[in-house]
Amino acid sequence: MAADKSDEALEGLAQRGYSAGFYTDIEQEFAPPGLDESTIRFISDKKREPAWMLEWRLEAYRNWLGMTAPQWQKVRFAPIDFQAISYYAAPKRGPASLDEVDPKLLETYAKLGIPLHEQKMLAGVQEQEPAPGTAAGETTKPRVAVDAVFDSVSVTTTFKEELARSGVIFCSISEALRDHPELVRRYIGTVVSRRDNFFAALNSAVFSDGSFVYIPEGVECPMELSTYFRINAGHTGQFERTLIIAERGSSVSYLEGCTAPQRDEHQLHAAVVELIAHEDARIKYSTVQNWYPGDEQGRGGVYNFVTKRGLCAGARSKISWTQVETGSAITWKYPSCVLQGDDSQGEFYSVAVTRGRQQADTGTKMIHIGRNTRSQILSKGVSADDADQTYRGLVKILPSAAGARNYSQCDSMLLSDRCGAHTFPYLDVRHPSAQLEHEATTSRISDEQIFYCKQRGISEEDAVSMIVNGFCKEVFQELPMEFAVEAQKLLEITLENSVG
Amino acid sequence: MLRIEDLHASVAETPILKGVQLSIGPGEVHAIMGPNGSGKSTLSKVLAGDESYTVESGRVDFEGQNLFEMPPEERARAGLFLGFQYPVEIPGVNNSYFLKAALNAARAARGEPEIDPVSFLKRVRERAQWVGLDDSLLKRPVNAGFSGGEKKRNEIFHLAVLEPRLAILDETDSGLDIDALRAVADGVNRMRDPQRSFLLITHYQRLLSYIEPDYVHVMVRGQIVRSGGKELAAELERSGYAAFEDEEAA
Repeated sequence: MAADKSDEALEGLAQRGYSAGFYTDIEQEFAPPGLDESTIRFISDKKREPAWMLEWRLEAYRNWLGMTAPQWQKVRFAPIDFQAISYYAAPKRGPASLDEVDPKLLETYAKLGIPLHEQKMLAGVQEQEPAPGTAAGETTKPRVAVDAVFDSVSVTTTFKEELARSGVIFCSISEALRDHPELVRRYIGTVVSRRDNFFAALNSAVFSDGSFVYIPEGVECPMELSTYFRINAGHTGQFERTLIIAERGSSVSYLEGCTAPQRDEHQLHAAVVELIAHEDARIKYSTVQNWYPGDEQGRGGVYNFVTKRGLCAGARSKISWTQVETGSAITWKYPSCVLQGDDSQGEFYSVAVTRGRQQADTGTKMIHIGRNTRSQILSKGVSADDADQTYRGLVKILPSAAGARNYSQCDSMLLSDRCGAHTFPYLDVRHPSAQLEHEATTSRISDEQIFYCKQRGISEEDAVSMIVNGFCKEVFQELPMEFAVEAQKLLEITLENSVG
Repeated sequence: MLRIEDLHASVAETPILKGVQLSIGPGEVHAIMGPNGSGKSTLSKVLAGDESYTVESGRVDFEGQNLFEMPPEERARAGLFLGFQYPVEIPGVNNSYFLKAALNAARAARGEPEIDPVSFLKRVRERAQWVGLDDSLLKRPVNAGFSGGEKKRNEIFHLAVLEPRLAILDETDSGLDIDALRAVADGVNRMRDPQRSFLLITHYQRLLSYIEPDYVHVMVRGQIVRSGGKELAAELERSGYAAFEDEEAA
């Protein structure tokens, strides 16, 4: 794998390592830049939302006006002018059905290598079983249902009907607001409230689209669900909202991928993701985040300020977060688990790679409320060039959480002598029976290791990518197969020329 | 195969090699013996291309190519192998995966396709047996947590899988118990071939009773002061290095 350098990788190199940096020239409809109550009414109106939703948004907006952006994170950037951002951008040609989707949009997703573009599925033929004589590789390929979000709107969702047969709802959140308003109303804001933090409040006010998943009782979702987020328009913020509900005894694996074009200005991405797992339900949420990181001088790039939280509401429920973060100029996100149900479990597996002038402050929170709740944290940070990275994690054991256990491991690898890695593990334990373990390591790739690899005929670049991949392996193993391959490739492209 | 002419090299501005002359023909097994600090290991590192050593002057031809014009990975791909005195641990990188990448890098350099997984697996299993390397070590990260003996066996295992033209073994015998030494020697002897040459670097004569060399060289203060057949090793064993301390380059 390491030895064959694909054309893609070379192309990526030519673009300073960012191969998703193209821009699609497509007719778009924008909200004028700026934010006040009329902006929110505009968005809500565009989406033909129920009245309660508009009220909910407006209250979030009023909350937000009284809040200030957080200062505690270890990142530096100029203040954001929230009046300079456009809060809504949508492709002009309506995405009512797939046939009507602008072909350029499909091209964009094809360029990104999204399985959405498996033409057979999308050509309207809805051919579910591969025709006889198709390549063996295709028949064994796991099917993935995709929801694609382009700037502010969801453009298409595949496999909807097949999913519906098992009772699974997978659609954009705008559609969910129209077709299943009672479900959205019951759950939205219950895990991440509208006052939770500055960016969550902003998102609650202006979120434009995102994915909605509902898995009914006892149903094991028949395929992986996936959303691809793409920021295309300039001067636009992306505020998506994802809501996943797994009823008692159900399970689902959900994947999320993100890219954005190369632009000189910073783009804001402030998403909120809420997961709810009822009794015995399992949710696995995987992210490969590759937003544009900005250039070597730190010009441009996405600000990825995201609130992700899962509630293990029922007994024996389980929520597992896996993230591979290679993009964005600045990342701060802490996918968290609130372990309310007895014997519930939370997991967080993370690989964060920063290079150039990228900054990341990321980690997790595990809030133990129920008895015998368990959590596991495995964080791998790789820094190169002038990048700075922080792991920040909180494990909180409440007085009700008898028998709670946590294991945390935070490993950092430094690839230059100018980059930084910092670890802030906070522990807050209020029950004497809790068992917590924490391990942390920092390592470098030594000259001896590189020479040893070279002496066996392996180039320095391949050696670094091998060693870094090895370092991250335990996390990659948590990703669904196809994503794991993508993540490895992404890592290779990201780390080209990063040691020297 | 290998021709070293008047090689001078230094580390951190201290001269170590002071005019080494040596020629190795195809299929020959040479041994370099010498006291600590005589420059034996430096010679092996310089030949492999370790950048912490500076070549001051001289010339080395390997298979008709100027060795010093090739970066270390190209030397390796052209068939120059170094068995390390202190094998390096590479955490997270699976031993057989590592070897496959190494093998395929050499094949790519020769314009050959990648080895197919079945042949590779077969080769790996067979060669692990040759050196008595436990199968479990194939899947473990390269050298990570290996015992001293396991690391040395693993070096010979790499040698057996990669099938180089010239294998330089830098004090592979040091720190080995008698069983491990025998296993290492068995592995090397199995790899002897009219087209493959060996340069054994050792402090003790012990190794040479298991691997019989064609030529023995004595290195003192950065020069080869005496060369001879295998009987020279026995002479050294009797008289020690002191007797050679005063000799000038042969």
